[in-house]
Amino acid sequence: MATLTHQESVTAEYLEVTPGTRKNFMLIMVAGVVLLVVGIIMSMMGIGAHHEAGAAAHGAAHGAAEHHGSAPWLKRLIVSLWHNNVFFTGVASIGTVFVAIQYVAYAGWSVLVKRVAEALSAWLLPGLVIMIVVFGISLINHDIFHWTLPGIMEKGNENYDEIIAGKSGFLNMPFYLIRMVLFLGLWAFFTKKLRDLSLAEDLNGGTEYFHKSINVAALFLVIYAVSSPIAAWDWVMSVDTHWFSTMFGWYIFASWWVSGLAAITLCTILLKQAGYLRWVKEGHLHDLGKFMFGFSIFWTYVWFSQFMLIWYANIPEESVYFNQRLGGFNGQYTWMFFGNLAINFVFPFLVLMTRDAKRQMIMLKIVSIAILIGHWSDFYLAIMPGTMKAENGFVIEIGVALIFLGAFLTLMTKRLSQASLVPIHHPFLDESIHHTT
Amino acid sequence: MTKRFALGIFDDEDVLLHAVENVREAGVKIYEVFTPFPIHGMDDALGIERSRLPIAAFFFGLTGLCFALWLQIYTLGFDWPMIIGGKPHIALPAFIPVSFELTVLFCCHGMVITFYTISKLYPRWKTPVLDVRSTDDKFVVAIEVNENTDMTKLTQLLRDNGASEVNQKEMSKF
Repeated sequence: MATLTHQESVTAEYLEVTPGTRKNFMLIMVAGVVLLVVGIIMSMMGIGAHHEAGAAAHGAAHGAAEHHGSAPWLKRLIVSLWHNNVFFTGVASIGTVFVAIQYVAYAGWSVLVKRVAEALSAWLLPGLVIMIVVFGISLINHDIFHWTLPGIMEKGNENYDEIIAGKSGFLNMPFYLIRMVLFLGLWAFFTKKLRDLSLAEDLNGGTEYFHKSINVAALFLVIYAVSSPIAAWDWVMSVDTHWFSTMFGWYIFASWWVSGLAAITLCTILLKQAGYLRWVKEGHLHDLGKFMFGFSIFWTYVWFSQFMLIWYANIPEESVYFNQRLGGFNGQYTWMFFGNLAINFVFPFLVLMTRDAKRQMIMLKIVSIAILIGHWSDFYLAIMPGTMKAENGFVIEIGVALIFLGAFLTLMTKRLSQASLVPIHHPFLDESIHHTT
Repeated sequence: MTKRFALGIFDDEDVLLHAVENVREAGVKIYEVFTPFPIHGMDDALGIERSRLPIAAFFFGLTGLCFALWLQIYTLGFDWPMIIGGKPHIALPAFIPVSFELTVLFCCHGMVITFYTISKLYPRWKTPVLDVRSTDDKFVVAIEVNENTDMTKLTQLLRDNGASEVNQKEMSKF
């Protein structure tokens, strides 16, 4: 019963990651490695890919500017490393964004799931390292970014491309690397800052950490608002170097954000089903469900805003993006294009529409898993047609995704176990415990 | 028709919340509670069932969607077909924004009008208010009474649960 004065004693509770759980994470990674090896062998033997048809379409699309990248299997491996790292690192950054928004909004309800969001960001630093390494590897054969080709911005060079040369002020190697390190570095820095304040609050209590966190969170949000769209242009949009869209930054952010919310919800439910987080009630799940529901629609709104303008204007340099995905390369991305809308919009929209569905763990679990898979595919659809053209596949890609997932979960649960799951001295803890919707 | 009410006046919302629980447990039917601001948990304490407004909202939205689609398909496709941007006359992606907006417009207006009508909050010459202090700093529990009601017992029950005063008031057109 929701009463206002009734005090309940809250004690710290610590997550214990059992050896069985660690083994499960290892198993996920091992399964990923097996799939990866199988995929590489299949690719080498030419099974399950569209090499011949693809090479023809590829050549026709790019003509003289064609260059030869790595062997198909290696190229697929490098591209899917990039794809997965962009997805997982983005989702990781959402943990801190979530915490920061709750601070700035003086939100009380979310205090009980705050530690889950904090743990989500554990991947940021490894993500930064992997991103630099994969970017470096991709430079050997210019597998991911067409604009990194030597001479592409020099007039008179055989690789010269006038449109790309026009973007050299932004898309040049030093500036690109500076942005990558700076953005991820800043995100990781603010993650650590907020986390440290939160842990110090656990030890010492008092409201000064709370007020300090609000300042840090506000500053972070301003920085993130500027850096996340630029990161989206850099890491995803510059794959299709000729193409551009002003909606793209929002679109990628929306994708990261709704995946991050799904990850927080899923983790909260799994923890609760494992016997932790006993103060988390239907009300909190309801709010998380509303968040997922709302931002699935928000993602669709941004997606459609981008699509409709390009469809309506039908300017070739813009519509090439949807041409490739909707019927291009013998239509092999078309099913994903519509599947993307089905799994990321229609499914969450219909399933989470009623109040009861948002309060049931099983419904939220199904939807959050669907959203995570759906937005992984969304990034797949954003990156693959521009890099792999018609030579995309799924075995290597899913293998790499599983390896990332296992590593991500290992780091996340490690950070979860390092502090109490309940921030016992948060000023709004009592409000969160009595939260009803 | 004139109705008679016993009014328990409370100073504190927390006291009120427990009083409502206790009064209902004692078997007294509460007509309505008037408070200056929404109180968390009051709906549960009063045992109010969930509103069916969302069902109405769905049908208002559906009406809006059908109207929007009819409007665009009929005007742009049949009544006065024009070629715009080389697109087909009935080009569904172009209809989505208007359909969305009209769905929302019909839905929210319909909900507001329905809610105001069933809550009797529409404009009237004379607004019946049981105790004007319920719009300021007092919380009012209204219990409908008739000549058979044991007023001393009811007054005692409300007082025991923290009412600062208990009044009676007659209301017509309520």
